[in-house]
Parts: sequence; C-alpha cells; structure tokens
Amino acid sequence: MAQRNSSAHHDIPTLEKARTGIAGLDQISGGGLPKGRTTIVCGGPGCGKTMLGLEFLVRGATQFNEPGVLVAFEETPEEMARNVASLGFDLKDLAERKKLSLDFVYVEPSEIQETGEYDLEGLFIRLQHAVDSVGAKRVMLDTLEALFSGFSNPGILRAEIRRLFRWLKEKGLTSMVTAEKGEGTLTRHGLEEYVSDCVILLDHRITEQISTRRMRIVKYRGTKHGADEYPFLIDEHGMSLLPVTSMELQHKVSNQRVPTGVPDLDNMLERKGYFRGSSVLMTGAAGCGKTILAASFAEAACKRGERCLFIGFEESMDQITRNMKSVGINFEPWIKKGLLIHRAWRPTQYGMEMHLLRIHQLIEKYEPSNVIIDPITNLITASTEKDVHSMLMRLMDFLKEKGVTSVFTSLSNVGEIAESEVGISSLIDTWVLLRYTELFGKRHRGLFVLKARGMAHSTQLREMLITSQGIKLGPAAALLAYRDREREPQLDHQAALPKSVRSKGNRRTAALTRRSSRGAR
Amino acid sequence: MRELNLKPKSEAKNSSTRSRKSLASKKMYRLRLYVTGQTPRSASSLQNLKDVCDEYLAGRFELDVVDIYQQPELAREAQIIAAPTLIKMLPLPLRKLVGDLSNRKQVMIGLDIKDEKA
Repeated sequence: MAQRNSSAHHDIPTLEKARTGIAGLDQISGGGLPKGRTTIVCGGPGCGKTMLGLEFLVRGATQFNEPGVLVAFEETPEEMARNVASLGFDLKDLAERKKLSLDFVYVEPSEIQETGEYDLEGLFIRLQHAVDSVGAKRVMLDTLEALFSGFSNPGILRAEIRRLFRWLKEKGLTSMVTAEKGEGTLTRHGLEEYVSDCVILLDHRITEQISTRRMRIVKYRGTKHGADEYPFLIDEHGMSLLPVTSMELQHKVSNQRVPTGVPDLDNMLERKGYFRGSSVLMTGAAGCGKTILAASFAEAACKRGERCLFIGFEESMDQITRNMKSVGINFEPWIKKGLLIHRAWRPTQYGMEMHLLRIHQLIEKYEPSNVIIDPITNLITASTEKDVHSMLMRLMDFLKEKGVTSVFTSLSNVGEIAESEVGISSLIDTWVLLRYTELFGKRHRGLFVLKARGMAHSTQLREMLITSQGIKLGPAAALLAYRDREREPQLDHQAALPKSVRSKGNRRTAALTRRSSRGAR
Repeated sequence: MRELNLKPKSEAKNSSTRSRKSLASKKMYRLRLYVTGQTPRSASSLQNLKDVCDEYLAGRFELDVVDIYQQPELAREAQIIAAPTLIKMLPLPLRKLVGDLSNRKQVMIGLDIKDEKA
C-alpha cells in the first residue's frame, strides 16, 4: 500500500518526470513518464495505445509547453487528426502553430526490394528534422513495429531500433513507443527488451458483456508506482484513469450543517441537519419514500444556491421531475438555472469501474456541493456485491475528499434493520431508515435515524407522511397506531386473528413503544 | 525539386538525350538515389548503381542523387526510411531498392531489367 504514495525524498535527486496531463496517470506513475526516456505502451488492437500517445503529445504541447513529434507508421496524419477531432484535439491547428510535427512513415512491403546493406538513417533524419522544426521535447512513434512488415532483415531492424532508442535518450526526448501485444510477450517483437525504463500495458476486456479498459504500469525503473490495474475511459475529454483514491482517511471534516430538506428531520438531527461533506444513506422497502426524501434534500440544496448532482439508476429525468411535482418538489427551475444536474443511466450500461469513473467526471466537471445517487442497490444487477462495495467505498472516499455531501438511497427488505444490501453501512455517517409499520390493518410509513455520527440524534421512530407539500413527520409511529386503534375500533381485527399472529403483533407494538419512549426527548 | 537534383555526371543528361532517338522502343529509366552524405555505403551504392546502368541501361536513364543529410525534407517527401534507397520512378510501377545495391540479382529484379546477354 505504501507503493501508492509517492513520498518524494527531496534531498536525494529522483527521476525527473514529464507530466502527461492525463487524469489519473500522473497519479499512479508518481508524477508522469520518465523525462527524457522512452516508454513503451503495449496492448492488443483497439485498446487505446494511439489515443494515449496522442493525448500525451497534445497535452504536452498545450499544457506543458513541450512541443511534440508524432511519427505515425499506420495511419496518415489526416486520419489521425480525424480520429481525435472528437476529443477536441485539433492536430492541424497544433501543427500550424508549430506545437506539433506530424510525419507519416509509409511502409509498403510490395514496393521495397532489398539489395544489400542498409540502415534506417532515413528514419533518423526525418525524426531529427521533425524534432528540430518544432523544438520538440516529446516524441511518439506509433507503431514502430510496422517496420518489421516492410523490411525482411530482422538483424538490421533490431540493431537500428536499439540505436533509435539510444538516440532518443541521448537527445533527451521523452518518448512513447506503441507496440502490439504479442503471444505471451508484452510486444510482438520484443521491444521491451530494448527499453527498460517504463512499460505500460493497456487492456480491453469484456466481462459479462460489459467492456472495461484497463491500464497497468508493468515496469517503471527507479520509481514507485501503482502496480494495480486501473480502469480508464476514453470519452469526449480524452482519456481518464481512475486511480485508487487516497487510502488514508485524512479528509478534512466540516462542522457546518446542511438542512435535510425536511424540517422535521432536521429537528431529529439536533435541529440542524446533516454535516456538510458527510455521507447519508437512506434505506427502506419499495415505495416508502427514499427518493422523495433524497429529492427534498436536493431541492433544499438548490434553494440555498448550491449545486446538486442527481444520479439516477432507476428513473429518467422527466419521470423523476414529474413524480416529484406530486409532492410539491419542483425541479424544473433548478434544472434551468443549472443548479440541479440530473443524469440517469442504466446500471447495466457499464462495469462498476466505469460507473465510478463517470461519476468522477461529472463531479470534476460540475463541482457540485451535493451528490445524490438513487439507488445504489440497482448496481448489484450489473455486478457482484464485492465490486459494488469496493466501488462505493472509493466513491465515498472521493466525495469526502471533495467535501461533497452525499446521499445514497438503497432498497432493503421490509422492516429489516440488518446490514444494508451492499454492506456499506460502516462507511456511512448518517443512516436514515424508512420502514413500514403494519399495525391493525393499516400500513404506516416510519422513519428513524439509525445512526448519525457526531451528533446527538433522535432515536424516535416517527411516522413519515408524504404530503403535497413534501415530507412531514408525525408523532412516534407506535403511539399513532394506538391512537388509530382507539379512533377506529372497527378496524381492530385482533380478535379474528390466530393467536400466534396476535402475540407477534403485540410483541412488535411493545418493542416499538419501548423504543419510542426511550428515544423521546 | 529540379534545382535539388544533384546530377553526378553531366554525361547522364547527354546519354538520356541520345537514348530518346536511338532507343525509343526501350523504356526510359528515371532513377533517384537517396544517400547519407559521403559514407562508404553511399559511395558503394552509387558505384554499384552506375555499374548496372552502364551495363544495361546505357543511354536511357536519368539519375539524380539526393543527400538526405542536406535535404531532410526530401527524405520525408519520398518516404525514405532506409539508406541508401534507390527509387525507380519510371518506368512504373514505382519501386524502392533498399541497400547498397551490392546484390546484383536483387537490383535487376527491382529495376525490372532482363539480362539479355545471359
């Protein structure tokens, strides 16, 4: 675990790094790729090698003032420019501004006849020329191994490739060389034998019909690096990598409180509400009002002028907006103002890592103060409990680091106080439990605060009333039940019930009464 | 491009003018040799090429020699990777003869010359 924390000893000169600017990669590599050295990026077809290299070049040119050279062996610069245009990278513009030099090396075996001794000086000259033309600090060769298809003398090629890598190093160019993955080897032609500074392996796997791209730093000489496989995503912002967030629990906590959106619930939480930056879990059976409770919180946040990200795995934006109107919560103005950002997608759309990454991205993009995820239990349909648990743990960690107040809803069985289904209760600061209390032929929605770290919360079981003006909390549910019985004696079916049921019912009533009287303050 | 043509011998031009008259039926050869400065390999490739041309293409070839150290952008234009490289521009199809042209048989195949003497 210590591996993940790059503790830099400043007194000893360490390897200089060239930042890639790719979210997450600089973190797991302890600051970037080895500066002035060559990194090999290997992987199967379509795993994102070229994309990684291009982003390395483009970000180098645009963010770190390090112009770059792209030597493409497989695609023409025009094709490449088109391919990355969707990511907002304008290669042509960069080339015109002398930030990038593009050279396409065309290797056509049918045109080439070998007639004696040769070297690859032509390639060196072109590379040198390209480097000089923009004052390049970075070089990407994509895919160098294409040379093996054009030239039949592997002895010469190997010697020349070795010379090329040495040359790149001598020139102090931070380079990236992409290579196809071979059978049982990292690269088809064993390039990793020549370069031993840094090797990155990309992978594109499909499990349960859900594809996940992953990256692993196989080797990084002279540097501590994350050794795990990290999932990554390529989208309209380029590549982003999801490193394991800080494993130490060091986030700063806030003493500030945020209202829950339900005044009666605030009252149960020292009349103040949740802690800012804490995580809140709402569990309950189907239809007991979890989403409404979460939506109340969202609306309250928007009313305070805070941004709220609402991620739904169950209902579309329209549906949730319509449904919430019936309880007096109107999302529309907040959506228009950009304070409420609602995103909905199917749990089965991605693997867990991708969900996490997507949520990360949304949070980075909109910087909300509040995040609602409704419901987390749906994620189980797309993965295993273990994966969901680890994903949520990392998500909560991330949210806490950002100081974001988060509300998660979770479906649980009727009346169960047991461990919530995804086993995250220990990660949760405030747990609001919703349940039905069935008494005397009537169902009451009950709400109680199971735990609330850092505050003297009420332990009452209150009746939760969903009204057209939102959620109201009635008196303790059990007391209410007694009241109901008195008011509607005709509904008392006790006498008609078998004895076993009757006694069970009594026990439950007794238990509830005990709890509510103990908790009353 | 024309001003960059480094014609090694003035006779190359003479021979080519002559060829158009006397050997009109035979195909004209346009060759361009890309070398890297004055290295032994550059020199031997030029010598080997001249030998072949004199023997088989006498009077019907044009040869330019390009030093890619001096003209790196031409290496890029012509897609030169290896050095030395001889490009047979005409007659078509275009072929790239990579190496010092020491293997006469491969050179003949690459230039599509049939040894009529044999």
